[in-house]
Amino acid sequence: MSYGIKDFKLVSESRYTPGKVVRGYNMRTLHLDVSSRKATEKPVSETMKQKFVGGKGFGLKLLWDGTKPSTRWDSPENEIVIAMGPICGNTNYPGSGKSLVVSLSPMTGIPIDSNVGGYFGPYLKFSGFDALELQGKAPSETIVFIDGNEGVIRFYEAPTDLPRDTHLLAEVLTHAFAASDDPSDLQAVSVVSAGRGAEHSPMGLLNFSLYDKRRAGIRVKQAGRGGIGTVFRDKKLLALVCRYRGVEQDSNGAADPAAVQRIGLKLHREIVVNDDKQCKMRKQGTAHLMEVMNDYDLLPTKNHKYGQDPRGPEIASWVWEKLLSQNLPDGCWFGCTMACAHAVDKFELETGPYKGHKVCVDGPEYETAAGVGSNLYIYDPHGILEINFYCDTYGIDTISFGTTVGFLMECWEHGILTKERTDGIDLSWGNWKGACQILHDLAEGKRFGVLAGRGVKFLSEHFVKEYGADPQFMRDIALHGKGLEQSEYISKESLAQQGGYYLTNKGPQHDEAWLIFMDMVNNRIPTFENKAEALHYFPMFRTWFGLQGLCKLPWNDVEPADNAKWKEPNKVPEHVANYRELYTAITGEPLDWDGLIVQSERVYNFQRAFNIRQGRGHRAEDYPPYRAMGPVLEDEYEARAERYDKQMKEKIGVDPAGLSVKEKIRITREYRMKQYDSLVDAVYKRRGWTPDGCPTPEHLKAIGMDLPEVLEVVEARIAGKI
Amino acid sequence: MIKYLKTVDEKCVGCMTCTAVCSKLYFKEDNPAKAAIQVQDLGAGKFHLVVCDQECRKCVAECPVQAISVAKNGAVMIDKKVCVGCLACVAVCPTGAMRYYPGLKHPFKCIACGQCAKQCPKGALELAEKEESPASRAWADAIAKVREE
Ligand code: SF4
Ligand code: SF4
Ligand code: SF4
Repeated sequence: MSYGIKDFKLVSESRYTPGKVVRGYNMRTLHLDVSSRKATEKPVSETMKQKFVGGKGFGLKLLWDGTKPSTRWDSPENEIVIAMGPICGNTNYPGSGKSLVVSLSPMTGIPIDSNVGGYFGPYLKFSGFDALELQGKAPSETIVFIDGNEGVIRFYEAPTDLPRDTHLLAEVLTHAFAASDDPSDLQAVSVVSAGRGAEHSPMGLLNFSLYDKRRAGIRVKQAGRGGIGTVFRDKKLLALVCRYRGVEQDSNGAADPAAVQRIGLKLHREIVVNDDKQCKMRKQGTAHLMEVMNDYDLLPTKNHKYGQDPRGPEIASWVWEKLLSQNLPDGCWFGCTMACAHAVDKFELETGPYKGHKVCVDGPEYETAAGVGSNLYIYDPHGILEINFYCDTYGIDTISFGTTVGFLMECWEHGILTKERTDGIDLSWGNWKGACQILHDLAEGKRFGVLAGRGVKFLSEHFVKEYGADPQFMRDIALHGKGLEQSEYISKESLAQQGGYYLTNKGPQHDEAWLIFMDMVNNRIPTFENKAEALHYFPMFRTWFGLQGLCKLPWNDVEPADNAKWKEPNKVPEHVANYRELYTAITGEPLDWDGLIVQSERVYNFQRAFNIRQGRGHRAEDYPPYRAMGPVLEDEYEARAERYDKQMKEKIGVDPAGLSVKEKIRITREYRMKQYDSLVDAVYKRRGWTPDGCPTPEHLKAIGMDLPEVLEVVEARIAGKI
Repeated sequence: MIKYLKTVDEKCVGCMTCTAVCSKLYFKEDNPAKAAIQVQDLGAGKFHLVVCDQECRKCVAECPVQAISVAKNGAVMIDKKVCVGCLACVAVCPTGAMRYYPGLKHPFKCIACGQCAKQCPKGALELAEKEESPASRAWADAIAKVREE
């Protein structure tokens, strides 16, 4: 299958002056109206730069301006914004190639943000734009092409026979739009695409490609969470293609390029020396976590019912290390020596439309191996890889899919689902072929596949209505917050992590805070105030990566050898110092540690206000389903009876002797709910929010996010008007 | 076969002729920080010469854009048109033979041209040849494994 540009029908073309990045910024963004197929440049104001910094900040700001309180995910005016940030695109500091993608989510109805690698973002930035807005709906299947060297934007109508699944589409388009078949020309092209699954499910994702010269093929990284791929397909966007040749050490126009080199080289060296003794990211990627989580009872097993299983070692890191191709520099952007973006090559598929094909599977990352592995009681690495591959190529988020199928399998175990209801698919624990069948049916638009793809919030309500399932049980085991499925850590035994998941702006994703070890294992944050402080600091700190276009992993998945000697080793102070220096080296602006937190705090509170503007963001939405907080079922309690009984005695002050399991579950639950309540109070207070979770005008003033439109929203909420 | 610059530390007197030749040839200035060969002063009249052995090829394996390749004569070379200046190669080089100079866009290294050897007054340097080794092929083996036949 081979296409050239001539095979695509050109429907509009506009020209612009190619950009030059100065100190990390182009100071302009690109707006594409997909309906009229028009391209417009927008300037970035000093205020926008000061208040929103870049990346996720720019994304949210543009999304806010482009939408209304009444905008739904499938309204034409909903946008997908891809934004980079000032640090994004430098080649020296590992982890500097991330794009932040925001949109109003089909899963939650509020803004979602997703952080993704691949070459598209940096190429777009060097093409002259700090962000790209996609708005409107195309009249027919559309491909947008941005040629960053020539300064041309073209809209094409896609031929109807073009494949829609990513592993084929991205390959075809890379070759079609590359200046030649020279590997460096192929590497100069990056494609954003979804897949057929995203056309039928709200959990659609976007794949961002990178051409891998060594494999002579396409690799993809995912903007996975929250259904942005679904919005993309709803806009009849088939693909975005960006072509940019000529990335250099100083394409980012740094204020002090030599300092960028120095700071980057320091971390390169640290990774080269320490990684093999620490996380082994260069060999295993994030899958290095598998046995650690299983050992600490934190690896989701059977829809997060348990955190451990004797079969855990069957999908441990050493298993993945053997399967993942070794000794390749698998970074998702140039210069990431952490190189965690591994792949299993020449993997032969056993099911579905590509059965018998040998493919390259990107991953699995930890979240995937846990979500569609242990969580489904699948311990066959082949099964995990097959689900991983099909999720990616169909454009389906592995985290939402894993959590959803876990829920479905538990419903199957309890007889809520039967073969009659699943169109014949057997959803017994461990049946990876059943999970794959759901995916294939979803991609084909078949009934049960499409139903399953709607996610646990919808399904848990649907099963009550249609099959008379117990509403409380459904609510308890449907692992979502605000409509978004929880990612793959057991949060039951860590109150702080329950907050880390559910006191988030977008829904339970671990990218805001991961506090389980600090809280549960090392007991470093025992009081509510300690936990609240952590639930202030870490979400703010980690938001900063998204403002800059950075990856979180090189922050603490490698540490300086002497990290433990610092007062707060969990913050990895030396790396925070690197970031501050790097920011200054690129932008020329000084930044102290507090200033870094304030940059994030502004955007974080803006996002909260955005939720409120959409009529959401109430306290009630910040509560977890009980499965995320404690044992729901009797066998769940009994499997950890010793732990729970001990807590009952020591923490709750009730003697468990003689009590029935049912009674003990009730007491534990009551206690834990109260604990969570107190946690919410403490966190809101620390964040400068009202007891209903609304940023106060005073707090917004104090952090410099008192823009009139934001104040208007929070004042209306406080007055009870929205 | 691999062509490389063979060094004999015992013969080196630290005269810095080699660094001058190298940096003048490739950077048009006499600056040891811009020479692909380094002369380390160990004290007590002893010196250690640091230069690429052309054999380990860890940098070839690491370069994200494959800007580093092995020339026909076996020497490891950087293609500046392709290099994105990330300095990953500098970090993985086990001996410090992959060099960079602050603010220059690309790293640099010895390409076994032998000009320094011609002018070393003590015969501490000579161009030599050696056989390929398993280590020198590791980068290519990793690629062969993942390439479609
Ligand atoms: S650590 Fe991994 S995900 Fe992060 S930038 Fe590097 S390769 Fe990409
Ligand atoms: S890593 Fe260093 S010693 Fe090895 S081939 Fe490259 S430059 Fe030479
Ligand atoms: S600095 Fe250049 S030659 Fe060295 S690894 Fe990076 S891109 Fe390759």
